[in-house]
Amino acid sequence: MQAFHLSQPNSLDAALAAARSHGAKFIAGGTDLMQLLKDNIEVPTELVDLERVGLSSIQADASELRLGAMARMSDAAVHPDVRAGWPAIVQALEASASPQVRNMGTIGGNLLQRTRCGYFRDTGFACNKREPGSGCPAIAGENRLMAILGGSDHCIATHPSDLAVALTALDAMVTLHGINGERRVPIADFYRLPADTPHIETILQPGEMITAVTVRASGAARNSHYLKLRDRASFEFALVSVAVGLDQRDGVIEHALLAAGGVGTRPWRLPQVEAALRGKALEDAVFGDASSIAAGGASPAQQNGFKRILLQRAVFRALQMASA
Amino acid sequence: MPSVTRRVLLGTTVSSLAMGSVEGRADDTTPTISAAPAPGSPGAMDIALQINGNQVPLVVDPRTTLLDALREQIGLTGTKKGCDRGSCGACTVHIDGRRVLSCLTLAARVQGKAITTIEGLTSGDVLHPVQAAFLHHDGYQCGYCTPGQIMSAVALIKEGHTRSDAEIREWMSGNICRCGAYPNIVAAIRDAAQRS
Amino acid sequence: MAFIGQGLDRVDGRLKVTGGAQYAAEFRVPDLVHAVLVQSTIGAGAITGFSLAAAQSMPGVLTIITPENALKLHAESNLPQAIRAPLLQDMDVHYNGQHVAVVVAEALEQADAAAARVRVQYRRDEPITSMDAVLDQAYLPKSFRNGERPADSRRGDPDGAFTAAQVKLDAVYVTPIEHHNPMEPHATIARWDGNQLTVWTATQGISGTQQSLAALFGIDPKDVRVICPYVGGGFGCKGNTWPPATLAAMAAKLVGRPVKLAVTRAQMFTSNGYRPRTVQSLRFAADQQGHLVSMRHDGISQMSQPVLGEFAEPVGLATEMLYACPNVAVTHRLVATNAPLPTYMRAPGEASGNFALESAIDELAVALKQNPLDFRMRNYAEQDPHENKPFASKALRECYRQGAEAFGWSRRPSEPRAMRDGNVLIGWGMATSTYPTHRMAANAYVRVNADGTALVQVGTQDLGTGTYTVMSQIAADELGLPVQRIHLELGDSRFPHAPVSGGSMTVASVGPAIKTACQAVRAKLSNDGDTNVALPELLARRNMPSVEASSEAKSGEEQKRYSMHAFGAQFAEVRVDADLGEIRVSRYVGAFDGGRIINTKTARSQLIGGIVFGIGMALLEETHVDGETGRVVNANVSEYLMPVNADIPDIQAILVPNDELVSNSLGAKGIGELPMVGVAAAVANAVYHATGVRVRKLPIRIEDLLV
Repeated sequence: MQAFHLSQPNSLDAALAAARSHGAKFIAGGTDLMQLLKDNIEVPTELVDLERVGLSSIQADASELRLGAMARMSDAAVHPDVRAGWPAIVQALEASASPQVRNMGTIGGNLLQRTRCGYFRDTGFACNKREPGSGCPAIAGENRLMAILGGSDHCIATHPSDLAVALTALDAMVTLHGINGERRVPIADFYRLPADTPHIETILQPGEMITAVTVRASGAARNSHYLKLRDRASFEFALVSVAVGLDQRDGVIEHALLAAGGVGTRPWRLPQVEAALRGKALEDAVFGDASSIAAGGASPAQQNGFKRILLQRAVFRALQMASA
Repeated sequence: MPSVTRRVLLGTTVSSLAMGSVEGRADDTTPTISAAPAPGSPGAMDIALQINGNQVPLVVDPRTTLLDALREQIGLTGTKKGCDRGSCGACTVHIDGRRVLSCLTLAARVQGKAITTIEGLTSGDVLHPVQAAFLHHDGYQCGYCTPGQIMSAVALIKEGHTRSDAEIREWMSGNICRCGAYPNIVAAIRDAAQRS
Repeated sequence: MAFIGQGLDRVDGRLKVTGGAQYAAEFRVPDLVHAVLVQSTIGAGAITGFSLAAAQSMPGVLTIITPENALKLHAESNLPQAIRAPLLQDMDVHYNGQHVAVVVAEALEQADAAAARVRVQYRRDEPITSMDAVLDQAYLPKSFRNGERPADSRRGDPDGAFTAAQVKLDAVYVTPIEHHNPMEPHATIARWDGNQLTVWTATQGISGTQQSLAALFGIDPKDVRVICPYVGGGFGCKGNTWPPATLAAMAAKLVGRPVKLAVTRAQMFTSNGYRPRTVQSLRFAADQQGHLVSMRHDGISQMSQPVLGEFAEPVGLATEMLYACPNVAVTHRLVATNAPLPTYMRAPGEASGNFALESAIDELAVALKQNPLDFRMRNYAEQDPHENKPFASKALRECYRQGAEAFGWSRRPSEPRAMRDGNVLIGWGMATSTYPTHRMAANAYVRVNADGTALVQVGTQDLGTGTYTVMSQIAADELGLPVQRIHLELGDSRFPHAPVSGGSMTVASVGPAIKTACQAVRAKLSNDGDTNVALPELLARRNMPSVEASSEAKSGEEQKRYSMHAFGAQFAEVRVDADLGEIRVSRYVGAFDGGRIINTKTARSQLIGGIVFGIGMALLEETHVDGETGRVVNANVSEYLMPVNADIPDIQAILVPNDELVSNSLGAKGIGELPMVGVAAAVANAVYHATGVRVRKLPIRIEDLLV
């Protein structure tokens, strides 16, 4: 870890002001940033501590859930209103990391955690995400865990967040604050594809931060589910995950929301699957047809072709679970 | 640069810091509580941490983690460094009653919060029920992950995650035990939970 | 009075649950400074230069040690435990992650930050990163098993018998690189007082460390003191004196202050060995009745560059002796790569070799349409068919019986995919376990005081195996004193010499030494008539404050007359999601003949722990190496997957009684490694039974089962 100055502002405005200095970085729960600092992946000169700026409230009503960016993952997961209205979010949170990490990690920080790609996390390797132009050894290297969707010739690193997958399925909005004020963007627009700039992962501007995430209440959100597949039974990032929300009436799917994790360079919405489900009967045959197109557009590397099949089957299973 | 005297540290924390070397061994290294070595970095911070009920003044580098502050400066070595990346749970402590990872916590960020380490669990000579259960059920072998397991287990029981063995297993999965004492750890927690 | 055989709580338990047990990095040594290793980022070549100015000028930095200013060591010394490279003695780079510099600074944060700023220039050669590409260059080990035996063996005519046989299997099994990853990373504190060196270090062998460091620094072993009261797990990676300990001592010498060097978790992947990748070709054959007629086991294991030493994974040794088969051939070969030196890892050879052996046995049973347990029983070896000697004891039949009964093996449907619970396929598999009973000479010191207490000192170490406790029980029984009155000290090279804690031999080696020292104490006090009088009473009668004795114990003729092995039977149930391929072990029974058990509680923990280690081997563990650079891609415990609590079901570990006292005076066969042997095969066989898919490589992954 390289030296930095730690500032501990007491308000959002003070934090935003502190972040204006070149080389500044916000720290929330620190569960990912601390790792990145220790591994010399991030080398800020100014660390702006968000612990004292508030932003930790969790509010839910009949129309909307609002998660403050500094709300702890574990607090969101145990909140009775969240559990009732947005179960996929709860399940995604509880499938994340470990209880200790969830006690520390925040909603905003979770969305900004960086890929687990072993090449990115070790400065002994080249990596375009870390050092643009240095190359991507993962493409021809150890790529079992890499993305099969959304990759480029420059980067195939998987987005690691479980929460972001659930939020992507449920059409969440992300509230951002910068020195120029506040803006709200759909989470689908928040993350960028790597293309030829894999080091730029979101639309966040310098000095800008997430302050809240909002999710509409809906029948699909109430009837949502998160399925996570992995080698280890717990405390592992997803090999493949699926968030699904189903709104049905009299056995007919009115609305289906789906997104996948572990397969994309960003949380991966599955609109073609949603379209194939809309207006159809709630039955396995329909799920089978819809899930068979889940991996459309995938371009696997040498070791991760299985994720295509696994994704299709995970979508099928998640649909079964959400309709049970 | 302001620095902490040896006396201040000793006076405020010696009771909870008493860790003792193994009997009759390493006589020349019987732990003495040394004050924080002044890191000598520009930007060293004068802080105070509330550890096991004691106020501990310290000079830390902004980079110093709570784990390194405990182990290298304060002399509370019961909290272990296993991976230093939040992936093993050996460094688990309680902050304001919640189990967290001290390796991913900057010391300077937890001023004013109540920090409890494994050394703070015992009252006098009396083991905490979870400690006693680990001892009785042999919930360890090498002992290195044990303080983290116990801190995690104490929190888990308070959280109410003891409704089934499966639930205990899932909610203890943030603490790796390479010796593989998991079944005994589950038995210890089940036992301690029933007693509490 | 018998403390032996009781399930006592650990005598060091209180220290462990309170955080009071002190591990190597935790000793308070005044004036201490911190060292951090810098490792290479190329896989082969040579260092051409260093750029140190930036790092050197950072706050707190005391020195940066490189091959250009390192102490010259006596690296020609040839002690088995001394790892002689890389110790910054030359500019060659043999693998990615090799130590190339050491940064010493006042504070840990400073040393760590400066280490990241050290820049190294290299001449790059093309590294050999995978053994699979160069299997045709396999070579015979120079010194297999330290020269104790040849690398190859043969009895009968295995090839001829194979050709003539009716039921055959010809298959290749592959096991991956695995890392020990004890929870305590290696750490050393080194302090010089003049020409005398003290190290607090995490080691499985304080004596070996003492000898190694003395040889490398060219000083008398008496001038090296090694202290290690607690070890946070070893599993083999703390058996040798690896470079970090030596470099800590070198750094302390160079800066003239005590130095702490704690290896980081990432550095653990290239600092203290690993279980090498193996490629094993098996050709087994049986007659129609199910008698094995030919077994051929050709094992190749991955090596470093030969200049770093030699380690061959002895995969075929159990194949020689486990079944009564007249025609058997076993070979061991090595393939050199640009990787660090491999080493012993829990059940070295046995665990990886047994995966191939016991998978192949299962495959043959399937081919014969025989129950895998019946097939094994049909080929039961009543005596060691390789050495042609009787076993000192072998309760394997009883292990099979008790294990099968506890597991419910008789209810196993013979066909695969026959048990299902919704989406989940259920399968049952089994395997045989065996591990040789090793023993080396050991010494102990015992003093009994008139107040009824006793001090026992022995230069062994407790890796978490229960050594403090079981040795106290042995002494208590022999002295006729309550175990609470025994004060046992270990982990200090000033105590009488004992062997490395490896090969599951500590109880069999050290136990008899303590026993004979206790007997020597009694002999000093007892006359003919008073053998039943308590020792404190005898001391009082003689008006003596205490009596002491030291003694050595070692094996005798029994080693020549008998074949000595521990045995076990492993039974696994797995649940495999039929569509999604997720595999979980849902039930497990192991029954073991580990000889006489000193402490049933710590023994059961050993057995359970070994099974957990084996489940990791079966389903989770694999070190991934980048094919281009030879650099480890998952050098952390987030992506190097070891079992967590949720992976582990109820495990029933059965201690099968065996009171044989031929192997040694305690009848202990060793149980540290035994329980992990066979687990991977039992799980793989259960996966086959659940799914009908035979997986011949480890770990078994979701993608292997997406049929």
